[in-house]
Amino acid sequence: MSSHGIRDRVAIVGMGCTPFGEHWTRSADDLLVDAVGEAVTSAGITIDDIDAFWFGTQASGVSGLTLSRALRLPHKPVTRVENMCATGSEALRNACYAVASGAYDVAMAVGVEKLKDSGMSGLSGTAIPGAGDDSRGEVTAPANFSLLAPAYAAKYGLAEEELKDVITRIAWKNHVNGARNPRAQFRKEVPLERIRSAPIVAGMLGVFDCSGVSDGSAAAIVVRAEDAYKYTDRPIFVKALSFVAGPADGLLDPEYDFTTFPEVVASAQEAYRQAGVTDPRAELALAEVHDCFTPTELVLMEDLGFAERGQAWKDVTSGSFDLDGSLPVNPDGGLKAFGHPIGASGLRMMFEAWLQLRGEAPAERTVKSVAEGRSLALTHNLGGGPGECVSFVSIVGSELSA
Amino acid sequence: MAGLIAYGAHVPYHRLARADVAATLGTPPGRGTRAVAGYDEDTTSMAVEAARVALARDCLRPRIGQLFLATAAPAYLDKTNATAVHAALRLDEHVLAVDMAGSVRSGLGALVTAARSAVPTLTVLSDLRTGLPGGSDEVAGGDGAAAFVFGGHRNGAPVLAELLAHDTVSDEILDRWRLPGAPASRAWEERFAEEIYVSLADKALTAALDQAGLDRGAIDHLIVSGLHARACATVRRTAGARPEAAVPDLTGVIGNAGTAQPGLLLADVLDRAKPGEVIALVVLGDGAGVVLLRTTDALPAHRSTRPVAAQITAGSAPMPYATYLSWRGLLDREPPRRPDPEPPYAPPAHRRTAWKYGFVASRCEKCGTRHLPPDRVCTSCRSVDAMTDEPMEHVRGTVATFTVDRLAHTPSPPMLVVVVDYDGGGRFRCQLTDATEADAVIGARVEMTFRRTVTASGIHNYFWKARPVRTGETGDETEETHG
Repeated sequence: MSSHGIRDRVAIVGMGCTPFGEHWTRSADDLLVDAVGEAVTSAGITIDDIDAFWFGTQASGVSGLTLSRALRLPHKPVTRVENMCATGSEALRNACYAVASGAYDVAMAVGVEKLKDSGMSGLSGTAIPGAGDDSRGEVTAPANFSLLAPAYAAKYGLAEEELKDVITRIAWKNHVNGARNPRAQFRKEVPLERIRSAPIVAGMLGVFDCSGVSDGSAAAIVVRAEDAYKYTDRPIFVKALSFVAGPADGLLDPEYDFTTFPEVVASAQEAYRQAGVTDPRAELALAEVHDCFTPTELVLMEDLGFAERGQAWKDVTSGSFDLDGSLPVNPDGGLKAFGHPIGASGLRMMFEAWLQLRGEAPAERTVKSVAEGRSLALTHNLGGGPGECVSFVSIVGSELSA
Repeated sequence: MAGLIAYGAHVPYHRLARADVAATLGTPPGRGTRAVAGYDEDTTSMAVEAARVALARDCLRPRIGQLFLATAAPAYLDKTNATAVHAALRLDEHVLAVDMAGSVRSGLGALVTAARSAVPTLTVLSDLRTGLPGGSDEVAGGDGAAAFVFGGHRNGAPVLAELLAHDTVSDEILDRWRLPGAPASRAWEERFAEEIYVSLADKALTAALDQAGLDRGAIDHLIVSGLHARACATVRRTAGARPEAAVPDLTGVIGNAGTAQPGLLLADVLDRAKPGEVIALVVLGDGAGVVLLRTTDALPAHRSTRPVAAQITAGSAPMPYATYLSWRGLLDREPPRRPDPEPPYAPPAHRRTAWKYGFVASRCEKCGTRHLPPDRVCTSCRSVDAMTDEPMEHVRGTVATFTVDRLAHTPSPPMLVVVVDYDGGGRFRCQLTDATEADAVIGARVEMTFRRTVTASGIHNYFWKARPVRTGETGDETEETHG
């Protein structure tokens, strides 16, 4: 048994993405209609041209009917997928495989989430009838990811105040990027001191260390690579799709030290193998990563191979991952500033790769690495938390391999 | 020889200063402090904590034949509360577990019933005293629990105090009462019952001493317990025991824990009594009762691992009165903007009783990896169904990482969360209780405590939390008796 990638076998030829934010006047259906509409327009097709749909949402609907009803799809296959915050990426992966298998010519991946109707702070989660008895020690999402901070500081000898400076800078950077993104939830730069002194939510994390709770939808149209130029002059080709669900043993195993996501390491290595990438920091033009909370982005820089173990905080501080850094990370603002409607986020990341690799990102946040000849983008999307997560890594490129 | 073979007490960590009540409400200043059950404690969870101390020697558990839980503040009606205690203690399923609930006198009833029983009996006295804000019941009351095992001598379980005699008199007297559901009890004019109680105590004490063939001068420790403070003081003064035998009632530091008070006072005496001393426990309430005990040579070697005095010393700095009021449900505060807490679901809770109540993990027979919660598939070698039970309640651990969750639903925000790595293997993430944010640090030593985590949809959720290992409490029993 082995994993066979589908490098260069499928391409994305159309994408759509709504603005993310507080859509008080619009429903999940409205958002789906908008994102799907933009995607089909960008591919120059109609909805009837799409053969099959993979629809991702965590809690804003169940079954394929949520999509088929909203779009009044006439008797098409629609599969709802869910993998926590990686739901959008899971939808994309399935759509890609469906086309690569030859089963369909044109597939669509759509993700949506409507979080702001709940009236809750943060993620309201889903009503999974689990043990319901506190015997797993459940905590809120910010508290869960905040567990990384003291562990990282202790392991690498940073004072907690120093680490606070590092994560503050991550939030600052993503707000700078988001301010240049008309679709982002938060479009203002935020001074470092304001981020640093914001009210604390959990552990070391203030409100600015947390991703935006938002509504939104994003969609992608996938076709066989050889058909791609029928739809667009600038398709992006799928180089790697790597998804893992971990054994969820980090909360059981004292050897897990809360300074890494082993699931991310595994999925990244597999993605680099599929895509033939050996030096991601040098080869990638940009990376969109799952910065649900600022310490997550810090740890991801090491897990994805962008920084040496224990060194990412230095790279963050020196600006390596800034918009004008050696490897821009989250040039669209990330979950932090773009917002995080669970089921849509993975596809939103891909939307940024789509814009940047096609040269369509607004000039003020266009990464210069593309003009310098890099043609690969990475998206990383995870669900769960430290010790227990699912992780997705994709690599896409604007050129077919020689 | 029949008698007491084990005992233990639980004094909650928190304290309320009476002066703070007075300052808040503008009432005349009070003195001293009272013990306050945590927001995550009730009479059931406190009973478990006291019984865990009493049963610190694991050899006792298989011997227990029946369990009585006495309380005037039962966590549930209709449903037995003693069964939760039974489950948390991992007692054999054939052990009778029943409540003696409703009246403060049930504490005396449970003690006497246990002392009379033919089978080794665990009796737990637990109470949580609440009154209306500023009332004497609130400021004089206290919370706590005490547990006693009565039985005969067997290997490894020597009698610590021989039962010499007991007597009870019953009297229907309207000196204190509470309608079910009422927030506080009511009392008749204090002077009314005083004379009656003094006379009833004399009758019971006389009868018990006669049975034992002792006179009042033989009493080395005279404990007088009851909610009628004035009557108790008079009995203490006029019972005819030597003046130095009168035992202080601890009300000044932890308050009067009602049903549990005779137990807490008896435990405190047992913590320091010498061998061969006579203890007279006099309990007033709807009559009077007397239990006469004589300590044995075995007592010094088998005292409680958590003396009452040490628990009093290890208590918190006084908490704000407003916090006390909100914990007791007397001050309704704005909840977080989060989904309401989930109640436990009956079937999964029942399937996992050993874990949820007993904190029983599993250990892989193939590779030795410990799993909390217990699993069927080993996280290390992935062997399937090759696990043995591994009780974890006594195992201490070290904090691997932590957080302070300011968003989580908790009756006392913020929620402290720690990832605990246990001595001997295994990890679990849980709440940290009886602690402040300063206690949540990497490397902190913690031990487990049984708590009521939340009440949702009218259902109490019981589970284990970690608490700091505090100096002032004796016994790192982990290594010696539980290895």
